[in-house]
Amino acid sequence: MTGLVRRIGLGALAIVLLGVIWELYKAVGPAEGVDVAGLQLLPRTTDLAMPHIWDMIARALEPVNSSEGSPPVWTSVLLAGLSSLGTASVGLLIGSIVGFGLALLMQRFRVAESAVLPWLVLSQTVPLIALAPLIVSWGGRVQFGTFEWERWMSVAVIAAYLAFFPVAVGALRGLQSPDEINVELFHAYGSGWWATLRYLRLPASVPYLLPALRLGAASAIIGTVVAEVSTGAKGGIGRLIIEYAQSGSSDPAKAYSPIAVAVIMGLAAAGIVALAGATLKRYRRNEVTV
Amino acid sequence: MSHAIAVQVSHVTKIFPVKKGDGVTALAEVSLTVNAGEFVSLIGPSGCGKSTLLRLIADLDQPTSGAVTVFGKPAHQARLDQDYGIAFQSAGLLPWRTVEANIELPLQLHRVPAATRRARVAELMSLVGLSDFAANFPDQLSGGMQQRVAIARSLAESPELLLMDEPFGALDEMTRERMQTELVRICAETGAAVVFVTHSIPEAVFLSDRVVVMSPRPGRIREIVDVALGEKRGEMLREEESFFEGVTRVREALHGAPTEARPDNAVRGVDLR
Repeated sequence: MTGLVRRIGLGALAIVLLGVIWELYKAVGPAEGVDVAGLQLLPRTTDLAMPHIWDMIARALEPVNSSEGSPPVWTSVLLAGLSSLGTASVGLLIGSIVGFGLALLMQRFRVAESAVLPWLVLSQTVPLIALAPLIVSWGGRVQFGTFEWERWMSVAVIAAYLAFFPVAVGALRGLQSPDEINVELFHAYGSGWWATLRYLRLPASVPYLLPALRLGAASAIIGTVVAEVSTGAKGGIGRLIIEYAQSGSSDPAKAYSPIAVAVIMGLAAAGIVALAGATLKRYRRNEVTV
Repeated sequence: MSHAIAVQVSHVTKIFPVKKGDGVTALAEVSLTVNAGEFVSLIGPSGCGKSTLLRLIADLDQPTSGAVTVFGKPAHQARLDQDYGIAFQSAGLLPWRTVEANIELPLQLHRVPAATRRARVAELMSLVGLSDFAANFPDQLSGGMQQRVAIARSLAESPELLLMDEPFGALDEMTRERMQTELVRICAETGAAVVFVTHSIPEAVFLSDRVVVMSPRPGRIREIVDVALGEKRGEMLREEESFFEGVTRVREALHGAPTEARPDNAVRGVDLR
């Protein structure tokens, strides 16, 4: 327990330290930044380029714009963040199911491993930005009955596309992790693939699955934000990042609220996975601490 | 099962294929009979095929030629019917299962009813003296205790044949001798036949009715030494004349390489402790 308190304390200290560095540089750095042979090495320190931290916080508490009944920035950003987190969760869920399914396939059939794994690696080299419009246009053609493809679903698919990869690789390593002696023991018991999976490979894969899911969750969130930006999906944090950044010249402190929320989303996702890990403690007895 | 013969190995040859060349002959024309209730040790230098022979009996590998039958059935069928229990050099316990759950594993896999399972596990834990550690996890146990769990697990389904591949090889000498004494007691209680692979001459002599001495490249049975030091084998036996005589006979059988220029070559890898 003291370990947990200590870790949270250190994390908070790091955030404070980052703020102190920001303000320190702003106070002592030259207004025009640092140039070396025409190359800008350090940013300008004007209020436009680097607003004060207290200005960012104050801006977050003010209304979004001057129109009547405009909600404060922090609530609109938080709501957008929740919506994006929902989309990212759907993406992570799909990605985990697909990734785990692929891992099972690759574990079961050696041929599948050599056939599928290169494609998985290749899939991650396709730039997300190039993929997003394609998925949106494919989605636009999907329609059965009353079901209609919505923009956020495209975003979830793109998030899944990023998230499935670490899950597939981690799960495969986990499923292949049991020692030869244990695999032979199950063979000696006359156990089939299913029983060996359930009683040996699955429990043994937990220490590998959890870090894979943590990576997958982070990927899903990055995928969601990037996909929201590149597909122009409304209601998510990606949209707000763009929107608020556009008002940067007149309202520089505003742009930092959605960024902060994006960071919080990542932390929340990692926290959820860590929580899931805590309930699976007995399967992590021989885990190497990452 | 009232078979008089537990294991019958007839003219078994095992060749492991290698990428280039003819392959490695691990066993050449080996024949061996293990009677029901009999304790047979396989001893010999590294590479003599003793572990391979055990793996063939367990149907973890298949012979290139020849036949292996267990209680009159092909080894494959005997494995599926769970006619043997097996223990390896490392305990191979599942780290996420408690001692109790590890012993229970084979019973659970074979869908034994929960109540029967619980009773049997309790029985086995007291047999190997681990009743107080039922709820502990393997990483909380010493090497010797882990190995006792593995032995209890191998006994879970009351097999009439136990296959053991250097189960005490990784233990210190003190623990090892204690485990040997316990194994003698357990075998007497269960009446199971045992095929026991070992590097250690005293271990083989202390435990066995017969010691099968093997020689390497290709793996063959050089000699079978009758030891059978009687039913009552306790710690005192280790200091008796008959024990030393058995050790000498097995050692001579191992050294006895009539045509080889350097006889000590033949015993490389054999533990003379």
